[in-house]
Amino acid sequence: MSLFGEVPQATPVAVFKLSNDFKEDANPKKVNLGVGAYRTDEGQPWVLPVVKKVEKIIVADNSLNHEYLAILGLPEFRSSASKIALGEDSPAIQENRVGAVQCLGGTGALKMGAEFLRRWYNGNDNTKTPVYVSAPTWENHNAVFANAGFEDIRPYKYWDAEKRGLDLDGFLGDLESAPKHSIFVLHACAHNPTGTDPTHVEWMQVAEVMKRRKLFVFFDSAYQGFASGCLDKDAWAVRYFVTQGFEMFCAQSFSKNFGLYNERVGNLTIVARDSDNLKRVLSQMEKIVRVTWSNPPSQGARLVAITLNTPELFAEWKDNVKSMADRVLLMRASLQAKLQALETPGTWDHITQQIGMFSFTGLNPKQVEYMIKERSIYLMASGRINMCGLTTKNIDYVAESIHETVVNVQ
Amino acid sequence: MALLKSSKIISTVWVHPPLGVRSIRASSWWSEVQMGPPDPILGVSEAYKRDTNPKKMNLGVGAYRDDQGKPYVLSCVRKAEAQIAAKKLDKEYLAIGGLGDFTKACAKLALGDNNEVIESGRNITVQTISGTGSLRIGANFLSRFHTEARDVYLPKPSWGNHTPIFRDAGMQLKAYTYYDPKTCGFDFQGALNDISKIPEKSVIMLHACAHNPTGVDPRPEQWKEIANLVKKRNLLVFFDMAYQGFASGDIDRDAWAVRYFIEQGHNIVLSQSFAKNMGLYGERVGGFTVVCKDAEEAKRVESQLKILIRPIYSNPPMNGARIAATILNTPDLYKEWLGEVHGMANRIITMRELLVANLKKEGSTQNWQHVIDQIGMFCFTGLKPEQVARLTKEFSVYMTKDGRISMAGVTSGNVGYLAQGIHAVTK
Repeated sequence: MSLFGEVPQATPVAVFKLSNDFKEDANPKKVNLGVGAYRTDEGQPWVLPVVKKVEKIIVADNSLNHEYLAILGLPEFRSSASKIALGEDSPAIQENRVGAVQCLGGTGALKMGAEFLRRWYNGNDNTKTPVYVSAPTWENHNAVFANAGFEDIRPYKYWDAEKRGLDLDGFLGDLESAPKHSIFVLHACAHNPTGTDPTHVEWMQVAEVMKRRKLFVFFDSAYQGFASGCLDKDAWAVRYFVTQGFEMFCAQSFSKNFGLYNERVGNLTIVARDSDNLKRVLSQMEKIVRVTWSNPPSQGARLVAITLNTPELFAEWKDNVKSMADRVLLMRASLQAKLQALETPGTWDHITQQIGMFSFTGLNPKQVEYMIKERSIYLMASGRINMCGLTTKNIDYVAESIHETVVNVQ
Repeated sequence: MALLKSSKIISTVWVHPPLGVRSIRASSWWSEVQMGPPDPILGVSEAYKRDTNPKKMNLGVGAYRDDQGKPYVLSCVRKAEAQIAAKKLDKEYLAIGGLGDFTKACAKLALGDNNEVIESGRNITVQTISGTGSLRIGANFLSRFHTEARDVYLPKPSWGNHTPIFRDAGMQLKAYTYYDPKTCGFDFQGALNDISKIPEKSVIMLHACAHNPTGVDPRPEQWKEIANLVKKRNLLVFFDMAYQGFASGDIDRDAWAVRYFIEQGHNIVLSQSFAKNMGLYGERVGGFTVVCKDAEEAKRVESQLKILIRPIYSNPPMNGARIAATILNTPDLYKEWLGEVHGMANRIITMRELLVANLKKEGSTQNWQHVIDQIGMFCFTGLKPEQVARLTKEFSVYMTKDGRISMAGVTSGNVGYLAQGIHAVTK
């Protein structure tokens, strides 16, 4: 008789299963448009040149060791990472009301923020506070907040499938009708999975409602620099909300923009009313960290800190980021042009209007299945493709496949 | 790229807020958030850092120091790092369960070569965020799936962070007698008495070796009786092994209890840390193992562990696991590692002996035999809180309130000073 005899087999996480299936596919023409990781034009992972440089610096520095970091992480990482999100000259930083927790990737930052909110926001342990995530959103958002104890996780209207763009009225409508103090998870830029971001004017409208209705702002910033190629442009929304006086969280990931996926480098930036509130918040964050992972991993944070705090390396990093963003923009333009040339039914402007790593193609589940089974092109059931999976060598095959799919499968 | 426009990124509209906006939300969301107390263990280091006394000693955190009081990066670690750097690997996400080369070697290290459990594939071992992360995943797993019993029985005393971890995961904490303050040793009868009353199916936490904080371990014949009693009571065994190699200096000797229990048919859960025995503290290298009935059950358990891990941190960090895997899987590095672990354990044993010798030299008439009998990084001195407070205030010797000192912080250069201080507050 086993203690675990009743443990059911869990369904695998979709995006990883997709990668697995791709690996096992013998078709030489196969293309993986699944997982959100950058690929070069040769379809290879890319370790940023600046990262290689800094790794050598770290190896050569004999004063470094593997000792524990502080519970909240490496101080020079936390502060420089927050500056990246909020801007060097952020008034909030100058007013000493910005703090941060180094976390395990963007996921870890969301987790810490969620755990804190469940304990301390809107009363104590108020698990009934509604948490709103965009429809659709990154599939792990729901689980992060649910596991932190929140019982009421709801979608807010976001993607308009018909017009293939932002459903602004729906979004604003949900903001107006959400119970006061509801938590809203906002994508800072390069919305995952749709690639559709609000314009500046639209963000201003969102902020106005959120302020008036006392809704909590929780930004998820996983693609800063990756969307437009410019760090400051990609941080516009986050910084605007700061100027509007919000107390807010911003979960930052350095997985994509530093290519440090497996080193789990993340930062939860906290903007508080004043330094006293900030201090107390950080002290409680420490307690949550202590019962989860005690203190965060040092390698990746050190690497990012050295890069951000050394002018020549910082400049080189920005270049590396821009080159990734540029390749994505090129693939968007190429794919759209090819689909237009093929006269594929439908409009394909959304491919170039959307921004960041992902594109919501608009392909329906049957069409997705066809792409996978008949063409060995792997994409998510939602129709999401990772633009980084496209290369100059496979883009013709992908365009033709989309064409054939749309024509033959409804 | 110049062809492309995106109306969202054309201009930066900077709106300066009207002067009155700050007063709209004069109160903060966080006004009711209390100041959290400093962590009892990690807080000690923070206090130590602020002290300006040149003779100060940090005997708080269990981090190994060499005889110059410096952090020690193992030579096998440096070599492994060089090997890894030469390979020019990418930084793609690991699987949720971590690096395969690491998890296999991690299980083998604990269970031994040719262990039946590994050969039959009935264990699932996942990479975790060091020991804390492993305990947390384990606690979450038990909380979700071990629904017949909510109680976790910890030895009295146990590592300070055990309680908050299990509590936060939704389990209830109870205790069984373990440490005997009269002898500064193991209260074997007391432990057996308490364990015999633990309700069936409860979880019992056992420190595999080098008990933290007391340094007091059961002897093999005592472990055998405990194993027997635990089986009679039908308890779920959770081993915490954070010091394999560090206790006796011998990897296999330190894993003896774990292996014995498995041999006796206990399907245990096990947490391992490589923070101390490989000096990989800040890299966060650990493993969590569930020994299942068979390979099929192991697969089901694995799928559920992944579901637990994903919403916490998605997948674990590569750097430390890669180093550990390289060491464990490369024969000459492995051999070198065994030697270095042995060296670290030996230095600690020597310091124990020196401390007692110095206390005698100071003229102390107390019985300090327990300092030598206890094993591993920590020593439960037997000092009371007031004595600890004096030791810290008057001598700048930092330790936890329970009288625990990290022997790793003792050197041949400062052991005399430490003996002076301890003698002063206990005479």
